[in-house]
Amino acid sequence: MEYKNPTNPPIAQPINWFAFASPSRFYQLSQKIILLCWILFLITATAGLILGLLFAPTDAVQGDSYRIIYIHVPAAWMSMILYLAMAFWASIGLIFNARLAYRFAISIAPTGALMTFIALWTGALWGKPTWGTWWVWDARLTSELILLFLYIGYLSLYYSIHDERKAAKASSLLAIVGAVNVPIIYFSVKWWNTLHQGATITVSKAPSIEQTMLIALLLMTAAFWLYAFAVIFTRVNQRSLIDESHTDWVQQILRGRGQA
Amino acid sequence: MIWSSFHEFILMHGYGGYVWGSFGLTALLMVLEFRQLRKINQSIFSENLPS
Amino acid sequence: MTGQLSTIEVMQTVFLRDLHLAIKQKTDTLGAVFFFALVASLFPLAIGSELLLLKQIAPGIIWVSALLASMLSMNRLYTNDFNDGTLEQLTLSACPLEFIVLAKILAHWTTTGFVLLLLSPILAIQFDLSPLAISTLMLTLLIGTPVLSFLGSIGAALSLGLQSAGALISLMILPLLIPILILGTLAVDAASTNMPFSVYLYLLLALSVLASFFGPLASAFALRIAQE
Repeated sequence: MEYKNPTNPPIAQPINWFAFASPSRFYQLSQKIILLCWILFLITATAGLILGLLFAPTDAVQGDSYRIIYIHVPAAWMSMILYLAMAFWASIGLIFNARLAYRFAISIAPTGALMTFIALWTGALWGKPTWGTWWVWDARLTSELILLFLYIGYLSLYYSIHDERKAAKASSLLAIVGAVNVPIIYFSVKWWNTLHQGATITVSKAPSIEQTMLIALLLMTAAFWLYAFAVIFTRVNQRSLIDESHTDWVQQILRGRGQA
Repeated sequence: MIWSSFHEFILMHGYGGYVWGSFGLTALLMVLEFRQLRKINQSIFSENLPS
Repeated sequence: MTGQLSTIEVMQTVFLRDLHLAIKQKTDTLGAVFFFALVASLFPLAIGSELLLLKQIAPGIIWVSALLASMLSMNRLYTNDFNDGTLEQLTLSACPLEFIVLAKILAHWTTTGFVLLLLSPILAIQFDLSPLAISTLMLTLLIGTPVLSFLGSIGAALSLGLQSAGALISLMILPLLIPILILGTLAVDAASTNMPFSVYLYLLLALSVLASFFGPLASAFALRIAQE
């Protein structure tokens, strides 16, 4: 490559990691993404449901009740991933004192709690026909229950403090403390479970997972991801609009109803 | 398609209650969450900003 | 009086002051202890007096009662000082807040966790636990109750000045105390059935050491946030 000016070669621009830390810039970008996420969610969810409910064969051992895994597994994964994401954004918020990071954390929490609740509810509805009881105190379900309590604790603290900034910081610290404790909690619950010999059943995936089942499961997982993205980004933007309603960019949007 | 009739599909060989209880509640909760977001959106753009 | 106090001297002063205050305000301090005994007594009333069954669930009952009593008493750790302005002064002092917090937590434990520990053998006898089980129970409480205070203090700091802080502290911190609960009860169960239990004690000790380090750190951080 020939430099036009040999004494001053062009320098590559360093990546500005904080480019989208500004709520206004993030808003512009994410509004487009949100719509895309909803569309893709509908596509993947429809495809996953059709495949999973209409074409995947009935399981030899569990019968048709296994179809609940198309909801239970993605919801459980999302509940855990969202908690980690929440703790991540809480840390970013505390380290860089970034409003948008705090907003992300508090926007993730309700959806994360919802996913956890769905995982527990579908877990119970799956457990009853499969093992005869609505609830088993096995390691995974019990950990999921504790995760729900962690989400509730976070949300309770945030909504108890009236000063928005203080609430964000305090709950962020709690999220981080919780996230650090999650491995400790998980291993102690696992140990507790094996030693008390209560549940000899483990919540395992449907045996010999067939290809249609696997594809349906992956589609549903993608659908849950997309749903979470759409909802969370929407919430973040709503918070931005509310918290910064006095700024120019928000006023412009409110007048133009979304026009930049 | 593995189902020979709609009736069979709904019954899910006896597991219908559990399956539709799960899918149904999930759908319901997602719809409720979506509607709650819609409500907040409407209140923002009608200048009745929530706290 | 001129001359700076050293960190140790400040910690000593804070520790003794908190101890003194706790002894004077008996209702707060003893309240938690009586709550402990009361809750533990509720279970036999609810479940039945069959000693064989009670013996089995005794470690769990006593530990859960200790958890609840500790969480109940956490609120007073910072509230009184916050209300009369002392906390502000402590935060501004030259001595690092983390050390002051450590001293406060230790004083709190001395009047709560430690007293629960002393009371536990009496409750354990009511549940017909063997002497080995009782001594193991006391050992687990000795190692574990400081963790309740260290983690509880984070909750108390986060909910400083809020209404119904007591319930909030319990809601936030109890899930985090589950490992301690599990390890403590597993240890006593193992001792009751003549199985080796030292591994649980070592793990409890490890968690205790971690909590003693990170607890004051996080609490001081939370106190600064709350007082902004």
